Amino acid sequence: MGRAGTIARRSFLVGSTAILGGVAFGFYKYNQPLENPLLDTLAEGEAALTPYVLIDAEGITLITPRADMGQGAYSVQAALIAEELDVDLNQIKVDPGPPSKAYYNTALANDAVPFPSTNQSAAANTMRGTVDLVMKLMGVQLTGGSTTVPDGYEKLRVAGAVARETLKAAAAEQTGLATTQLKTERGAVVLPNGKRIPYQALAAKAAEIKPVTDVVLRPSTQWRLVGKPMQRVDMAAKTTGTQSYGIDMRMEGMVHAAIRLNPRKGGEVISFDASETEGMRGVQKVIPVTGGVGVIADNTWRAFQAVDAIDVEWGDAPYPAEQDQHWQVLADTLDSGDQDARPRDDGDVDSIPMTIKAEYRAPYVAHAPLEPLNATVRVTSTRVDVWTGNQIPRMTQANVAKITGVPVDNVHVHILMMGGSFGHRLEDDVVKRCAELAMALPGTPVKLTFKREEDTAQDFTRPIALMRGRGSVEAGHVTSMDIRVASPSILDSQMGERQGMGLPGPDATITQALWDQPYAIPHYRVTGYRSPKLGPVSSWRSVGASQNGFFHENFLNALIHEAGADPVEERLRLMTDEPSRKTLEAVAEMSGWGGALGANKARGVAFCLSFGTPCAQIIEITNGEDGIKLDKVWVAAEVGRVIDPVNFENLVQGGVIWGLGHAINSQITYSDGMAEQDNYYDFEGLRIYQTPEIMVRGLENRDHVTGVGEPPVPPAAPALAEAIFQATGTRPTEMPFANSFTFV
Amino acid sequence: MKLSVNGTIHELAVEDDMPLLWVLRDELGLDGPKYGCGVAVCGACAVHVDGVAVLSCQVLAADVEGSVTTIEGLGDLAEMQAVQAAWLEHQVAQCGYCQSGQMIQAAELLANTTSPTDADIDEAMSGILCRCGTYPRIRAAVKTAAQNLKGA
Ligand code: FES
Ligand code: FES
Repeated sequence: MGRAGTIARRSFLVGSTAILGGVAFGFYKYNQPLENPLLDTLAEGEAALTPYVLIDAEGITLITPRADMGQGAYSVQAALIAEELDVDLNQIKVDPGPPSKAYYNTALANDAVPFPSTNQSAAANTMRGTVDLVMKLMGVQLTGGSTTVPDGYEKLRVAGAVARETLKAAAAEQTGLATTQLKTERGAVVLPNGKRIPYQALAAKAAEIKPVTDVVLRPSTQWRLVGKPMQRVDMAAKTTGTQSYGIDMRMEGMVHAAIRLNPRKGGEVISFDASETEGMRGVQKVIPVTGGVGVIADNTWRAFQAVDAIDVEWGDAPYPAEQDQHWQVLADTLDSGDQDARPRDDGDVDSIPMTIKAEYRAPYVAHAPLEPLNATVRVTSTRVDVWTGNQIPRMTQANVAKITGVPVDNVHVHILMMGGSFGHRLEDDVVKRCAELAMALPGTPVKLTFKREEDTAQDFTRPIALMRGRGSVEAGHVTSMDIRVASPSILDSQMGERQGMGLPGPDATITQALWDQPYAIPHYRVTGYRSPKLGPVSSWRSVGASQNGFFHENFLNALIHEAGADPVEERLRLMTDEPSRKTLEAVAEMSGWGGALGANKARGVAFCLSFGTPCAQIIEITNGEDGIKLDKVWVAAEVGRVIDPVNFENLVQGGVIWGLGHAINSQITYSDGMAEQDNYYDFEGLRIYQTPEIMVRGLENRDHVTGVGEPPVPPAAPALAEAIFQATGTRPTEMPFANSFTFV
Repeated sequence: MKLSVNGTIHELAVEDDMPLLWVLRDELGLDGPKYGCGVAVCGACAVHVDGVAVLSCQVLAADVEGSVTTIEGLGDLAEMQAVQAAWLEHQVAQCGYCQSGQMIQAAELLANTTSPTDADIDEAMSGILCRCGTYPRIRAAVKTAAQNLKGA
């Protein structure tokens, strides 16, 4: 385990106190004057340092509080710290850090306020500040919502600068020189005579003095790392097969577990018969757990074989058994008129005759990251250790404490590298069930690995959603658009069912990326309807924006077509936000929009502002004899600052592929209360043969920085839908498109 | 049962029907080959047997004749080193979980095809799923590796 994990949490929170002969640096962001009365409610101890830099005789460790699911979060966070600390990425180690309130996520506040992200007004930012304080008090340590970069952009550079200045102060005391005479460079303080004192040699001294918190961040023109292509810190390990993931966990005395949970998710176990497992080689124990049964063996495969040999009678699902019934619930919800929220209502929608109508659907989809869910847990009467890849370490810590009865401070969650997540590891059932298994074997580390089939069957999917739209056009322009969408509530499912918290207001994810699009359509309304509980759901890469981007842009394209306008021109005319307009202009320019196309070729465009990032895409397809082929995609995204252009391009391409793959190929449907799909043969993403060429441009036309893990997903499906309409004359109305069109 | 893995001969006493993948991972502690699907649809478990890419979740350890090379072993294929160098240069990986399978498959492709076209690459590599969507970089890296092998 990394050093951060083995050092007592207490010593972290006291900041610069010496730690094993070293020093942990943080910074006093809380002390910055924020004009908000809530600040006064912070207890003295809450102004804790947020420690990001740990230096001792062994070396320099940068603590990166956001987990890495494959998006390069460790590297990006390390680069932000290293930029000001004056170290190179190959001089440091990266550690995700233990669960701690100090690592609360500021940027989540941005999507929790009733202002669109394009609104950077004082009122909007004050509101964000308030929500931010709530997050601070709750200590929400969560990786998601494309928040890693916005959250860390300033915080982590300040942390680096504080550490650097404190090390200089330590060197000044040691040498009798003034700090102004000292420079820093590649992990050392440099004296006027050229002599270098490595940071490690200053750690003990630095631990004795008060951190220098009065720092000025360097202007971007002086940056060495940020904005330039980097070698990701995990790349060498991932290219030599030496990167270790949660599933590779191995410890002295560890046993292997497999599990079967009721495929009618959340249903009960009526009875089971494990007699077949008796005498199976390596099988040690059969253990009932909440909603299922587990097996302990001496090898993963033996555990898989044994758990499959158990005969279980499962209870009913706590939701409708058949898929048609799920759709009916959504239709009934819309018909009932019982709205959850109407966050946009411009002009006079009620008095405008709207004759253009549409009904679109988005299916349940699974996360299905390539590394199946797994966790390793060791329980003793006084302490629990959890090793897992997870986006919510603090919630997991609390959940495990509840199950095991061990006090929360004695539950140690160690976050490991994840083989993808896409929101999958925002849920921690695998840890909870593993804790139950481990309680039956006190002192023994138990590694639970989900079979792929189990991982799919137990997924908390993206919700299904049903949209009905009305609109009108006049004199070649779009004049009205009224969108109503119904879906089950993600937040209810996450916070209500699994954390036992009520949802105080509407679920903002139901109308996410529908209500806050930067268009000035004269009569423009968005209404969300929260359906009764259906299959369990959770956040899926780009959350509500993944289905709503499709709904909004597919319908806008339909209206623009009716108006006889050009889909790029008409959007530019309607757009109210300058960075968004520049994003669309960029992608039009990159693709040579408006030029002649080859035989059987067609193009489609879409735009979506999500997680504060405007993203526009144009796709070109060929409608050939054997089916539709995806040729090229052009993408532009406005993020304020591209931290690492290489990783940026990789993530954007991955986001487009994610959006296209699921739009074409993927759905989860229920029959007899169970998901009908169970492995990648019936839940396909995109494979290399279907992957288009993808050209990416990152834009930096505004000050505030936003993330890019999710925003490339929402425009992909509607851009493709428009291209399909242009090629075939038929507009796709439901995903996956492969249900209605043939792709090659 | 005898099994040659990365140049070492192992004496094993496992069931006849245990797939090679689980022998490698849980009996020999080689974690480079990954478990993704268990049913031959993801390719995360690919290894070389005498230079040929095989899905180790589908091959019973008892049936293996020949030497197994995992991503951890350098193996006899010069292509493997060129592939890894190109993968590093293009920074292909995101989560990285699929990448040992990708590289194993790419090395086999390059051992048979010196100048693969996009169509060759798509055909050879379509069995190896990448949920993170690193395919554009995989295409580029395969071409770089091919170039470097020719120059060598
Ligand atoms: S694990 Fe072998 S092909 Fe997926
Ligand atoms: S890099 Fe994550 S699955 Fe390929």
